[in-house]
Amino acid sequence: MTNTNKVINTALAKRTQIIYGIVLLVLGLLIYLLFGRNTEAGVTTTFGLNLVNAQAIKIPDLVVPSQATVLAMVAIAVFFGAYQLARGVRSTGLLIGIIAATFIISFLIWAAQDKSFSLTGMLSSSLVRATPIALAALCGVISERSAVINIGIEGIMLVAAQIAVVTATVSGSLYVGLICAILVGGLIAAFHAYLVIHFKVDQTISSVAINIIGTGMTSFISSRFLQKATDELNNSGTFPIISIPGLSKIPVLGPVLFENNIIIYLMLALVIVMNIVLFYTPWGLRTRAVGEHPKAADTLGINVYLVRYVNVIVGGMIAGLGGAYFTLGSVGRFDEVMTAGKGFIGMAAMIFGKWNPIGAFTSSLIFGFADSLQVKLQILRVPIPSEFLLMAPYIVTMIILTGVVGRAIPPAADGKPYEK
Amino acid sequence: MSETSTPTKAKQATERNNSIGQELLIPSLAVISGLIIGAIIIALSGANVLDAYGALFKGSFGSLSELIAGIKSFSATGDQTDLLKSIYPFTESLVAATPYILAGLSVAIGFRCGLFNIGAEGQLLIGSLCSVFVGYSVKGLPAFIHLPLTLLAGAAGGAVWGMIPGYLKARFGAHEVVNTIMMNWIAFRLSDWLLSGPMKSSGFRPVTPNVLATAELPRFFAAPLRFNWGFVLALVMAYVVYWFLFKTTLGFEIRSVGANPDAAKYAGMNIIKNFVFVMAIAGGLAGLAGATQVLGVDHWVGQGFSAGYGFDAIALALLGKSHPFGVVLAALLFGFLRSGATDMQSMAGIPIDIISIIQGLIIVFIAAPDIIRWFYRIRSANVGANQARHA
Repeated sequence: MTNTNKVINTALAKRTQIIYGIVLLVLGLLIYLLFGRNTEAGVTTTFGLNLVNAQAIKIPDLVVPSQATVLAMVAIAVFFGAYQLARGVRSTGLLIGIIAATFIISFLIWAAQDKSFSLTGMLSSSLVRATPIALAALCGVISERSAVINIGIEGIMLVAAQIAVVTATVSGSLYVGLICAILVGGLIAAFHAYLVIHFKVDQTISSVAINIIGTGMTSFISSRFLQKATDELNNSGTFPIISIPGLSKIPVLGPVLFENNIIIYLMLALVIVMNIVLFYTPWGLRTRAVGEHPKAADTLGINVYLVRYVNVIVGGMIAGLGGAYFTLGSVGRFDEVMTAGKGFIGMAAMIFGKWNPIGAFTSSLIFGFADSLQVKLQILRVPIPSEFLLMAPYIVTMIILTGVVGRAIPPAADGKPYEK
Repeated sequence: MSETSTPTKAKQATERNNSIGQELLIPSLAVISGLIIGAIIIALSGANVLDAYGALFKGSFGSLSELIAGIKSFSATGDQTDLLKSIYPFTESLVAATPYILAGLSVAIGFRCGLFNIGAEGQLLIGSLCSVFVGYSVKGLPAFIHLPLTLLAGAAGGAVWGMIPGYLKARFGAHEVVNTIMMNWIAFRLSDWLLSGPMKSSGFRPVTPNVLATAELPRFFAAPLRFNWGFVLALVMAYVVYWFLFKTTLGFEIRSVGANPDAAKYAGMNIIKNFVFVMAIAGGLAGLAGATQVLGVDHWVGQGFSAGYGFDAIALALLGKSHPFGVVLAALLFGFLRSGATDMQSMAGIPIDIISIIQGLIIVFIAAPDIIRWFYRIRSANVGANQARHA
């Protein structure tokens, strides 16, 4: 039995190895055809490393020769492709990293040849745009690790965004708004948990209902009340940027990581805390046991229902924080359907990150990067429709789900109700 | 979803013995409860419930006095204007029900095979784009060729969009819920691009050109009334789906796979083929929903075209218990609600979004019939206890 498994595993690994090798070689060719041939010799690309208002110490901008750098990227991709076919690298993460890095770097150099491009600004806006995606993804990770699917993140975030701005405007305190958003997120998630655990409603159906009601309710309240009384109800202002003394002086990293508002810091902290809780604490062990094999967990005396309730509700609170980001952390007012599918991209990031907090955060960064890239490309007037970049996260998720490049396996009991 | 528990034999027997009245009990109570909670929300928002629901009713059915006046003036003078005006709200509701029927059938046929098609929204959008493209770009054909061709293009576009997640599920085991959601968003972005670039008409707004007259679904009445053959087509399709599911071998296979995939596999049925096939049909029906809306009502496609038909379709399929005739009834109900809500918005100032809230609540009540049973003190616990989940 174990022997056959091993044979199957090696065969699978061999197949993955060959696929990656071919992908890298094709990528090298693609980069050459798309960008290498279209960059002129002698032209340089300037990457701006300083932000205008940042506190960081100024450093000189990075100027690289366009064509030579693109050709270097081609060489790297081809080298790793050949090496992969011949010998094979174990880590698929490294390979994905190489694929992404070579493609993105040569793409940027081609797009900004003969021009200047603010790299630090780009990274900073990637993190900002990744924040709601990451919070949605973390919500998904924590509830699906205990085997409860929550597709209703979009609806939870919408309601939380609206509650946050209204309570903050009425009370005059942004922190009251933040707390209310988190509580409402938890409350909606508790409703979802009650439906799927107590009544054993199909988890997808319950989530869909939450999305429909959430969208309807917020649009109803918005057009009946908020639009008529914008100043009294829908004008909260936003959280100020907090610069962390010392750290914000570091070039590049300082403005990107250490000059943000409180929600972004909370998100970063949550990624680390959730990773520790899930993988290094008894609660995390119980959660994962409930997600993989609830019967076994129950036999060992773990209260399956309690674990699921707590995880789903905590997840909802995180989604509530994500909702607050849209209003209190970003524009300071509520617009109908303002989440614009970020909850679903968060779900994609969760899958792409293999149900792992750090992975989910990294994929959110990539999706945030794609999002801010499409804005930048419009400014640079690159002849690629921005819609195609916005499609990328969804297409990548579908490819990942096929399992041809790096299998993403959900918790074994994901989506199944537990009956004693 | 694809996981289904096998009901015990005793339960099956009781379910078989249920009269139609009992079958309809939970859905009717769910709709009534949804409307009651909707009324509470309207009252809480500071509006008059009677005014609001009065406008809703008048907007969806029209008023009897106007109808009588219309008939009188028609019989007296032969002038149709008043009569047409009086039946306008009723026909508008049927127009609104048309895409609902087809999209609801799309989700229902998926449920029958144990597949959750959340992607009806995207399939509908792609279907409408394909049909509008054939509708305005293919010139010089007579209507009896052009119209079927445009309808077929819509169905084919939706079918392809649905087949992709079906194939990924069958070949790689990738979950269709996630993939259909992803396909929805790809469809939205694709349509954004098509409407602002390749398919944009010459004007300023991001909309497609109008379809040619030869591709339009004929309307039954003169100008303001938009009631057209699309409604008849939807009813025919409902019957075809019924016949297919319950009278053909393939339909039996599909229902077997949905009821118990393991048993179906054991009986030698090809599950993989069924997944791809069913998702293609589901996509085709959703695409046809988009096509009828384009060819019968709008004649062009703009941004925000589908307005949530695909998501409402999930509620429809649940409410109709995934039976084609049930879906038709549910779609008529939703059609009347939506069309009436437009009047409620303009006359009573109640935002149309109240309908989404009511629909979401109906989904909750249908999916958790225990809530209804507890609230209305219905004793029998085995009436359709698991049906919404399996459907």
